[in-house]
Order: sequence, then structure tokens, then C-alpha cells
Amino acid sequence: MISTPTRSACSVRDLKKEYVLKGETVRALRGVFFDVPEGDYVAIMGPSGSGKSTLLNMLGCLDKPSSGQLLLGEDDVAKMSDDELAEIRSRRIGFVFQSYNLIQQLTVVENIQVPLFYQGKLGKKESDRCVELAHMVGLAGRLSHRPNQLSGGQQQRVAIARSLVNDPYFILADEPTGNLDSRTTEEILQLFHRLNDEGRTIILVTHEDEVAKRAKRVVRLKDGVVQWDRSNTEESRREAAENAIRNLPVES
Amino acid sequence: MFLMWYRTLQLGIKSLWLHPMRSLLTMLGIFIGVASVIWLLAISEGISLEAQRQIASLGADTIIIRSVKPPSEKLSPQGVTPYGLKRDELDMLVSTIPTIRSALPIREIRRQFQYENVTIDGRLVGCTPEYADVTRLKVESGSFITDAENFRRENVCVLAAKVADRLFPGKDPLNKPVYVPESKDFYRVIGVLQHRNASAAIGGSLAAQDFSNDIYIPIRTLQQRIGDTVAMRRGGSFEGEILELNQITLITSSIEDVKTTASLVENALTSHNDMQDIAVVVPLELLEQARTTRMMFMIFMGLVAAISLVVGGIGIMNIMLATVTERTREIGIRRALGAKRSDIVRQFLVETIVLSVVGGATGIIAGVICNPAISLTRDIIKDRFPQTFAALPEVVQKLTPTIVPESIPIAFGISVIVGVVFGLYPAYRAAKMSPIEALRHE
Repeated sequence: MISTPTRSACSVRDLKKEYVLKGETVRALRGVFFDVPEGDYVAIMGPSGSGKSTLLNMLGCLDKPSSGQLLLGEDDVAKMSDDELAEIRSRRIGFVFQSYNLIQQLTVVENIQVPLFYQGKLGKKESDRCVELAHMVGLAGRLSHRPNQLSGGQQQRVAIARSLVNDPYFILADEPTGNLDSRTTEEILQLFHRLNDEGRTIILVTHEDEVAKRAKRVVRLKDGVVQWDRSNTEESRREAAENAIRNLPVES
Repeated sequence: MFLMWYRTLQLGIKSLWLHPMRSLLTMLGIFIGVASVIWLLAISEGISLEAQRQIASLGADTIIIRSVKPPSEKLSPQGVTPYGLKRDELDMLVSTIPTIRSALPIREIRRQFQYENVTIDGRLVGCTPEYADVTRLKVESGSFITDAENFRRENVCVLAAKVADRLFPGKDPLNKPVYVPESKDFYRVIGVLQHRNASAAIGGSLAAQDFSNDIYIPIRTLQQRIGDTVAMRRGGSFEGEILELNQITLITSSIEDVKTTASLVENALTSHNDMQDIAVVVPLELLEQARTTRMMFMIFMGLVAAISLVVGGIGIMNIMLATVTERTREIGIRRALGAKRSDIVRQFLVETIVLSVVGGATGIIAGVICNPAISLTRDIIKDRFPQTFAALPEVVQKLTPTIVPESIPIAFGISVIVGVVFGLYPAYRAAKMSPIEALRHE
């Protein structure tokens, strides 16, 4: 999976979202512009109320914008129907959530398989791929465990494996390390780094500077618009990684 | 597509298995509904078949005319008023109505019968030889009355099985004399009948026709020995009765002629209208009535069953609504990962269908064992509480449920429909949720 830098994984043009809450119109997004080329690693930051979650919902095709253009690959998702959006979610987006969001009654492999289930891909080849992904995220010995038998870090690995199963345009991670201790956070961030090196596009929403520093690029939202959009140098990224490792608590 | 449903089914079973007790209790509603449909229908069918059998044993091609005691204001205040069917009328009917193939006159009188030191009460029935055929009486030993015996007015008699047992316990009654003390006559036993079940009540009496206490003699013998005027003891005082014939059974040439013949007969016997001393019974009509009653019974039972199934369905809906709320998060996750609304509907629908189909299938099994279950219970009651059993009505004692074959697919179909209908709303509720809100649900 070699990325061609010219292609765009996601392109946001003048995206607006308004909704009515208790009789008042809330303008959550007031015209957001940015592009995510394939192979990029973007951290979206911003204080609460900045429109972060709303943007995330748009990017994840969970909600429709009020106006503007939203291209995922070649698909213009802004005007799609509910079923078409579901189709895009199952084929093109890899979700990773803060609270893992695994299905409790399913095993590790079955959880990884869920997006394929809704594409109607239920064959042997697909379940082999899920096992392979479980191996890749380091869960080889836990294929038939259920989520409640796993630690938080392990659950998040399952979620990451699940996000990769459909070869998405990008991994959309919403505070993926928010529930994890610093050691596990580091493991997950390294996993993201590795996946990005392999050519995966990652969009990560976070409010932690430490996490954002590890991305290639940071987009900061404020009051529904992009406040700034800047790249992290290779050097600063490496430095942030080293710092993080240095600051890890000593294992007893 | 098939694989999709199959996997959804697997998933549904897995989810239901997470709460085995809850699933079991939910199924119980449908189980009871389906089992009760089959049981109720089988029991009512059993009762109805017995009723139809009793009526049919009167003969579908026959018309029965019975003399009934007229209301007291029609009787003259003094002396004894003659009433009922006359021998002349019998001849008149047979000679004027061509569709009557044959006619059987009967005269019956309550009498005491004696042999050695045994005395029993019973019914002395004067009849013709054809009587045995028409009322389907079978001879166990000896023979029934013959034309010759009737013509010669011989003092011979044929005993019903029960009379033979009681009057001649452990003895062979053939050729033994039965003494009738009230008319001081002896009758030689020439035949004993097989046991016979009671037939439907006729002529306004409520009790089923019981043939077990009868002694049959030639009608001409009875006419000569006893005559039309009979004195009977009733509560210490004597009561007189002048009556030529108690009953005429007309046999029509075919079943199609029954109704027209019946109305002709009624018209011909208009003179009795005033006296209100006869009753015309058409078993065919009774049979048709019994079938209508059966239909009504079935509809009623169906209604009861439908109610219980609806109650079961509401139980399912209740549980599924709770499940949907409980699994809101899961629904959100599935929606985020690409499940369409229809996928969510399918998932929850499959679960309700599994619940109702399993409930329905076990209900059918419980329904099919209705017959052995009832006879087992009956045997237990018979063994442990013989008195209680004896006190039960005969219908209950003899009840043999007959499973209505249609009730099985119908019950099963209804349980599936209940699953779908009552599953739709919870499934719709689940699918309607916004994925964002569902994900936020704790």
C-alpha cells in the first residue's frame, strides 16, 4: 500500500453545520477548509465547543453537513442518503473510539470482522484476514477472548485492527488514548506511527498536546473555524517521542 | 443474502443466549399460547365428534316421531286422555308418503323384571324385527325378534347387555323366563345384545338415549298382553296412560329425501299440533346443528387462543424494547461500523422471530401430547380418587381430545406472525436512533 501524494483521502470545503438545540440555533461549524492527502497523519485539536466532535461526526459520515463539500476519496458524501452513508462507513472509514466500543458478546476476531459483516463479506478469506490483523496488532494469543477479558490497551488494539479491516481511506481516531495510562498510550501511539509509516492515513482528534505533537500535522479549530493548520517537523516529532518514552514511569 | 440471514440468526441466538432466563420466560408466553390453541381445539373437537357420533347413531336417513305427554291444560280434568301416535296414523304415513322406505313403530313401558330372586327396573320395548338394524343393535348371542314371532305374538324377549348381566349374573340367560310382575307374564329369552353406547337425546328429553336397560319384545305381543292403557306407579299413586305408540322411526329412501319427507310428515300429523303431543326429530338436522355449534366453538376457542397469543406477543415486545434500550450502545457501534437501518431491523427482528418460533415449536410439542397427557391424568385420578372420578360428568370421563390437524400449522404460523408483528416496533425503534446519540449512550 504505497501512497501517491497527489491523491487526497479527504477534502473539506467550506463545511458548515448548524443545529437547533432547545430553540436556539447552534452554529457548530462555520466554514471549515482543509485537505488530508493520502498517507498524512493529522491531529485535530481544539477546546471543547470548538466544533471538534461535529467535524469528527462529519468526517465519519455519522452526520450530514448543513452546507459545504465533503469529499472522501472520490465520494461526495455531503448529499448522500442514510443508507449510502452506512455503505461508506462500512467500506471507507476505520473508526477508533476513546472507549474502544467493542461489542461485548463477540470475540476478538468477530469484533474485527463486524465492518465486513455489513459489506456482506462473510467468507473464509475474510476471517483469515481478521486473524492476520489480530496478529499484526499483537493479539495473536487472544483471538477468541471477549472484550471483558482484555485490558484497555488490548481492547484499543482490537479496535485498531477493526478499523483496518476494510482498507479505509483513513483511520478516524477520537481521543484514542483518552482512557489509557501513559505506557499504553505510548504503545498505541507507536502502533499509529507504524501504520502511518506503512502508508495509512490517520486523522486523530485529541486535546492532548503530547499526542498532537506526534502527528505530522496539527489542525486547530476554534469557534467552528480552522484557527491554524501547521506541520510538525520530523525532528520535533522524534523529540516528542523520545520525551514520552523518557517520562514513562519506571516499571516496578 | 442467505448467508447474511444465517449469520444474523447465529448472532441473534448468541445474544439471546446471553440472558437464558429472560429468553426462556419470554418464550413461555408463546409456548402457552400455542399449546393452549392446540389443546382447546383438540378438546372441543373431541367433544364435538362424540356428539356427532351420537347423533349419527340415530341414523342420518331417519325421521323420528315421538309421542310426548301433552301439557296438563290440554288433558281433560277427569279420567285419562288418550294422546300420541296412533297405529292408523302409522299406516296412513306409510301408504301416502312414497319416500318412506319403512317405518318402525315402538311402544315402551317402564316395568319391573324378575328372574328367581333378582328384580330390576327397566324398559319394556315393543318393536318390530327391523328395529335392531335401524338402531344398530348387535346381537351377542341368540337372535333378535323375527317376523314370525311378532306375527304370532309370542312371549319372547331380547335382553340388552346390562339387563342380562344384572338379571342373570354369571348365568346364560338364553331360554330362561323373565317374569314381569305388573302384567303377570313370562317372556322367554331368545337373544342378548352387545353393549351399545348411548345415542343423542331426542324428543325433548335431556338425557341421552340409554339402551342399556331395555328388554325387547314383539310389538304385537305387547299390544295383546298389555294393551294401550297402562297403569303406572308413580310416587305411590297410580297413574294411567292411553297411548298406542311411543315412537315411529321412519326410514327414508335416501338422505336427500329426509327434509321434504319430514315436512310432509309434520303436515300429515297436523291434528297433533293442537294437543302438542308429538315431536318430530330429524337427526340430519341435529347433525347440521352440531356442525354449526362446532364452528362456533372453534371460533370461540380461536378467539381465546388469539388473545393468549397476543398477550405472549406483548411479552415479547416488552422484553425486546428493554433489550433495545439496553443495547443502544451496541446499536450505535454497529451503525458506526456500517450497519444500515435495515441491518439493525433485521437483527432485532430475527431475535423476536427466534423467540416466538422456538416458543411455538415447543408449544406444538406440548400440544401434540395432549391426548396421552389427558388420559394419563384421568388414569391417575381414577386410581387415587375413584369417588371424585365417578362424580365427574360423563363428558369428562370419556373425553378423548382429537387434534385438529390444521391447528398445528395455524398455531405455528400465528407464532411467527406474532414474532414479526411485535418485533417490528422495537426493531424500528432501534434502527431509528441516531448513531451519534446511540454511541454516547452509557
